[in-house]
Amino acid sequence: MELTTFWFAVIAFLWTGYFVLEGFDFGVGLLAPALSRNEAERRQVLGTIGPVWDGNEVWLITAVGAMFAAFPAWYAGMLSSFYLPLTLVLAGLIVRGVGLEWRGKVHHASDRAWCDLGIMVGSGLPAFLWGAVFADLLHGDALAALVGGVFSLSVCALHGAVFVALKTTGAVRARARRTAMAVSAVAVPAAVIALSGIPSARTAVADWTAAPWLWVCALAATAALAAGVALVWRGREGWAFTATASCLALGGLALFGALWPAPMPNLTVTEAASGPYTLGVLTWIGLAALPFVLGYQAWSYWVFRRRLVAEPV
Amino acid sequence: MDALDLARWQFGVTTVYHFLFVPLTIGLGVFVAGLQTAWHRTGKEHYLRLTKFFGKLFLINFAMGVVTGIVQEFQFGMNWSEYSVFVGDVFGAPLALEALLAFFLESTFLGLWIFGWDRLPKRVHLATIWAAVIGSNLSAYFILAANAWMKHPVGYEVVDGRARMTDLWAVLTNPTATAQVPHVVAASFVVAGGFVLAVCGYHVLRERRDPDRTRPVRRGADMWRTPIRAALVMTAIAGAVVAVSGDTSAKLMYEQQPMKLAAAEGLRHDTAGAPFSPVPGVEIPMMLSLLSTNDPNAVVQGTEDLQKRFTQQFGPADYRPNMPVVFWSFRVMIVFGLATVGLAFLGLWLTRGRRKRNPRQVPSWLARAFLLALPLPTLAVVAGWLLSEIGRQPWTVQGELLTAASVSPGVGLGEVAVSLALFTALYGALALAEAVLIVRHVKSGPEPVAPARRPDAPSGVGGNTAADLQPTLMY
Ligand code: HDD
Ligand code: HEM
Ligand code: HEM
Repeated sequence: MELTTFWFAVIAFLWTGYFVLEGFDFGVGLLAPALSRNEAERRQVLGTIGPVWDGNEVWLITAVGAMFAAFPAWYAGMLSSFYLPLTLVLAGLIVRGVGLEWRGKVHHASDRAWCDLGIMVGSGLPAFLWGAVFADLLHGDALAALVGGVFSLSVCALHGAVFVALKTTGAVRARARRTAMAVSAVAVPAAVIALSGIPSARTAVADWTAAPWLWVCALAATAALAAGVALVWRGREGWAFTATASCLALGGLALFGALWPAPMPNLTVTEAASGPYTLGVLTWIGLAALPFVLGYQAWSYWVFRRRLVAEPV
Repeated sequence: MDALDLARWQFGVTTVYHFLFVPLTIGLGVFVAGLQTAWHRTGKEHYLRLTKFFGKLFLINFAMGVVTGIVQEFQFGMNWSEYSVFVGDVFGAPLALEALLAFFLESTFLGLWIFGWDRLPKRVHLATIWAAVIGSNLSAYFILAANAWMKHPVGYEVVDGRARMTDLWAVLTNPTATAQVPHVVAASFVVAGGFVLAVCGYHVLRERRDPDRTRPVRRGADMWRTPIRAALVMTAIAGAVVAVSGDTSAKLMYEQQPMKLAAAEGLRHDTAGAPFSPVPGVEIPMMLSLLSTNDPNAVVQGTEDLQKRFTQQFGPADYRPNMPVVFWSFRVMIVFGLATVGLAFLGLWLTRGRRKRNPRQVPSWLARAFLLALPLPTLAVVAGWLLSEIGRQPWTVQGELLTAASVSPGVGLGEVAVSLALFTALYGALALAEAVLIVRHVKSGPEPVAPARRPDAPSGVGGNTAADLQPTLMY
């Protein structure tokens, strides 16, 4: 495979990994107030993402760093043209990160309430805005951005609720399952519209053979979401989480498939790419490091694999 | 005031702010790992309490380093898109490597450390904090290699108006970087050492004033002695590294960034045997020439003469940075920074000796002086960055790209103003909150050690309790 194509695929992989991983911790942060009735339960909910959220966020940092290195013009063009939305994303990530890290270190209930607010707003805002930004990048119109935002916000919420159901026991687990069902009333229709919009940004519906695999991904993503909802309802939380994760992964795949070969209007990957030397050395280093990175991240999920119960405070 | 000015302010504000937290992450992390290693080796309880005490302070600070760092990574694209397009090929590589090789390591293993106290075998748990601090120190290396390239670009050629990397190894072993990395990392250890000294100094004083209010690490002997001695050693060694590498940096500056050197000295005209003036009015003859070349009679170029030469070479423009800022920040860095290092050497002398029964006490006046070891080195590192970055102006990449040509053309004044206002307000509020939180934790002192697992923890319900995972550091 040619190096620019390969690096586009790497960046698609990193963003998709980010959607899948931070997707659930955005959802957990957003829903924490709704899923818990008291301090013990709140800790139980947030404890599910405590050890992993920062590692998940590094997927974003790596994705953006890789764009900078491999496609400087794409990095610069995208970040400067979505200036205000990205400013808000950053503000959200700031208050969320601080809220999550500081929550356990403050002593007063009112300080904890501030942290909780930061976590909720700081999870919801980026979850909405990432969908909006990418939809706008693809379609270039405000309505599409709105739909994309609603889609990503609601799917993250659903994904997060399923994750909490998977990782907890007791009242919180039951509540998370009910919440997942409720959120699906928005998430599923939004997914149908937003996901079908991805391939149709490139080809008309009637002409689907021009980009068959985009349609396959988009349809499979929608189906995975629907399956996820059915599986939570049946109480199969592990499979449900696999399904919502697949929805985000397939959606990411479709998105980047549709952005190929012109990730920005008037900018192709070839024009945006760094020189063959840079792409070449980065390829070797990246290939050498990636197995270790994926390995120890997987290990950290393994260490914290067990369910959490609420503990009196 | 135009978008360029605001973008510069924004970069300055957010970067200096990021760097308020970074040195503590780099230095204090290693200190905490050292304490935990001491606990592991000796099994003494007070090491564990100190690990958790400083570990908590470390984590409060760490959060701020992380969230402000993300802003840094986005800013190049948002405010400096022309710069990003010009340098991305070269400059993006260390940034991508930093994320892949350093940030993943740090964030994953720190998560394991925070929540793994009761989940991991002791040895493995100790290894997690070492992995995390290796990550932080590695991240400093990559970002500084990128920053050094802006001062002294190497390993590239300009093709079609863009820098193209030709040699990654040259970028990573840039002499400017190999001088700057030890300088900044060691300076970070000075900051962290100073922080520990200030915290311990506060407790020593309070214990002497009213022994009941404080929670000593150990009853009896001088309980803060161990961390004080450790921090003194760390600060003194790091101080020596800072001085040597700073001298190397100055020599490189003579060759690579003569304008910055001239501005730092306020030297207007080319001078043989140039003097150094630590404060205006006092001059040490030939010292500047000696410092920058090892030859007391060497010619040091002055700003006005350099201005003429640059105009000939690059066309008409003002190539002089903001002189008073560069001049004074150079002095603040050296004086405040070395004052801390001097304090460390003094403290080592005054607390020397290993008298088992009756160790030499920390005199109260020294404990009071330790309180200064928090602000002084912090101001020194900030001043160092002002020297480094403002001294490079008007270039973003020395000799290749002007700051005025780096800014995003499509971003308007209003947009930059909104984001600058938002970040400034947010950062101000968070700084206040962080200060309150740190002060509160310093005051409450090291907690007694909790039993590893609560005897009444419900078991058999299919897993761990939330508190089981987080009793010690998180909640
Ligand atoms: C505790 C902090 C501290 C102390 C005591 C010193 N410095 Fe420093 N210095 C820094 C903290 C610092 C810094 C914040 O880390 C900087 C900013 C950018 C950089 O590379 O390091 C810096 C930059 C910096 C630069 C600019 C490099 C460039 O822009 O190319 C020079 C020439 C020196 N230093 C030289 C010295 C000398 C000769 C010192 C006296 C022995 C000294 N520094 C002490
Ligand atoms: C890789 C690291 C860094 C890069 C690439 C970088 C790059 C830049 C750029 C593009 C500017 C804008 C030009 C300007 O404002 O005049 C700037 C300005 C500035 N930077 Fe850096 N910087 C880096 C690290 C730092 C750090 C760590 C600090 C301090 C903690 C710092 C302090 C400043 C300051 C104070 C300014 C404002 C200078 C002025 O406006 O005159 N920089 N830097
Ligand atoms: C202006 C250029 C800079 C950029 C783009 C940048 C980027 C970042 C990013 C993205 C993070 C968050 C990482 C995370 O979430 O884990 C971070 C934190 C950090 N940065 Fe910076 N940084 C800059 C300047 C510096 C400098 C000059 C140093 C060191 C000398 C440094 C060292 C660190 C450290 C130790 C942290 C602590 C938290 C962490 O790594 O997670 N950074 N930086």
